[in-house]
Amino acid sequence: MAADLSAPALAQQQTAKLVLLGEQAAGKSSLVLRYVKGQFFDYQASTVGAAFLTKTIPELNIKFEIWDTAGQERYHSLAPMYYRGAAAAIIVYDITSTDSFNRAKAWVRELQRQGSPNMIMALAGNKADLESARAVATEEAQAYANEAGLFFLETSAKTAANVNELFAEIARKLPKAEAAPRQPQGGIVLDSAPAQAPKKSACCA
Amino acid sequence: MDEEYDAIVLGTGLKECIISGLLSVKGLKVLHMDRNDYYGGESASLNLKQLWEKFRPGQQPPPSLGASRDYNVDMVPKFMMANGQLVKTLIYTDVTKYLEFKAVDGSYVLNKGKVYKTPVTPNEALASPLMGMIEKFRARGFFSFVEAYDVRDPATHKGLDLRRMTMGELYTYYNLDAQTVDFIGHAIALHRDDKYLGEPALPTVNKIKLYHDSLTRYEGLTSPYIYPRYGLGELPQAFARLSAVYGGTYMLNKADAEVVYDESGAAVGVSSAGETARCKFVVGDASYFPAKTRVAARVVRAVCFLSHPVPNTNNAHSVQIILPQKQIGRHSDMYVFCCSYAHNVAANNKWLAFVSTTVETANPEAELAPGLALLGHIDEKFVTVSDVHAPLDDGSRDKCYISTGYDPTTHFETTVEDVLSLYRRITGEVPDLDSKNPRLAEPPAE
Repeated sequence: MAADLSAPALAQQQTAKLVLLGEQAAGKSSLVLRYVKGQFFDYQASTVGAAFLTKTIPELNIKFEIWDTAGQERYHSLAPMYYRGAAAAIIVYDITSTDSFNRAKAWVRELQRQGSPNMIMALAGNKADLESARAVATEEAQAYANEAGLFFLETSAKTAANVNELFAEIARKLPKAEAAPRQPQGGIVLDSAPAQAPKKSACCA
Repeated sequence: MDEEYDAIVLGTGLKECIISGLLSVKGLKVLHMDRNDYYGGESASLNLKQLWEKFRPGQQPPPSLGASRDYNVDMVPKFMMANGQLVKTLIYTDVTKYLEFKAVDGSYVLNKGKVYKTPVTPNEALASPLMGMIEKFRARGFFSFVEAYDVRDPATHKGLDLRRMTMGELYTYYNLDAQTVDFIGHAIALHRDDKYLGEPALPTVNKIKLYHDSLTRYEGLTSPYIYPRYGLGELPQAFARLSAVYGGTYMLNKADAEVVYDESGAAVGVSSAGETARCKFVVGDASYFPAKTRVAARVVRAVCFLSHPVPNTNNAHSVQIILPQKQIGRHSDMYVFCCSYAHNVAANNKWLAFVSTTVETANPEAELAPGLALLGHIDEKFVTVSDVHAPLDDGSRDKCYISTGYDPTTHFETTVEDVLSLYRRITGEVPDLDSKNPRLAEPPAE
């Protein structure tokens, strides 16, 4: 992160925090890993690797900082820090589970309460490849999304269907950098560079 | 909850969250619980609603203060030394990526009733109105010696053995007068009383060097301190996230969480709502271990809401003022901290000022008068007196590793020392904070 700030070529780049929410096995980590790394594993353990990833969309000059819940939502113990400053949220449900769809609706309400009012929210019906086991009709989810003012897509982390589209559409919807500056003036990036040597002034050798 | 863990951590204060994070990263299976429905315990930052609920139940915050959610009021106000142990811990654990920091504008000291910028470099000593001309040159000599001093390089020692020589003797060697000694010891080395004068000089020289190195650690710092946007309550949340990322399980709102002991008196688990999670040991703050701690000190703190910067601080948006004990006729120092909307802890054009000290009398609130007098008009004020608990045992026998309460020091050095001590007692290892944790094998982003 420190390097990004000092690289002049990226000076205009907009950083956008994006958070994922949704029931445990809905496929939050899988979506992120598919999008950022192009990977998919059938039995994805809740991994360290998906908790905080970044991805740049050069055409739009946007860098996503993607946060996963790291399981803290399980006992309703997600910290306020998680929502803080998030420019966008993807609420994920599993199209084969009505429960996960209801849970997604609850997350939308929670975000409307806790998140910033101009946060971009997207609803993703994941596991779209499991058509034969579908429990949530596309029309039903679309109708809900329209009503709640969410952008909606059905996705499959397994086949990669609509995954890039989902993130790209969020990027397009983000307010432009000048309208939403994120890095405040005077911000300090903590790094492990050794402390600079004390300046030796001429008068006190 | 009926599961087996390596460690159960009780309370989500900063110390508990750092420990939880370090243990999870080490590969231990950790369950972390809190009786409150928010993170941070004693070291939380509260919004206006939470603050009023806690101290003025049934009353509403006045609308003139602005929106509740714009506030993050620290319960234990402290700043971070830019080159201190907490910054090293944040880098060691790679938790920095979850947080944003900003510099603290200034560091001041009270002298003969007036507030002065704390001089710390040889040149600042020369420019400071705190000292007369001759004293300035003596102070410059002292600071030059300290700046150059390297424990491994005898050439920088000038023949002085700082392990034997006391700090009082070192001051005398440089002929410093009592006023100068007072601000060096209290405003720069950040000692809380004068016991250090009779102790070896080396630790104090290191403290002065820490202050100086912090001042030069990041470009553009005008004080040795930094502070996170949105308040200190972000710190425990960030370390809790680290723990969760490495498999730690989080449960808030466990009002009835209680340690379960076996017949030998050793902790074997924690019960809540009729279920028991078993574990090899328990870590937590004193409030979860009644009868296993003693009151080591009492601290009185005032939280004040201001609509203006603290007078005589060059309109600083964030500042610290140290009131050395002798300047105000006390045995322990008093501290003023101030932050504002610039660090996102208050509504626009509002400042939060904290005054704190160690309790010395039966009327703690009255003791704060010299600090409060520096603030100008105060819109709202809350005063709290808290006991600082310390564990009676080291945890080896009863498997209860208990953190010490937050002392009135201005920074986090003693906080991290306590965490490292707990970690060492639990694991037998001492992390090398000057490195990056080798276990953090998270693949680089992209």
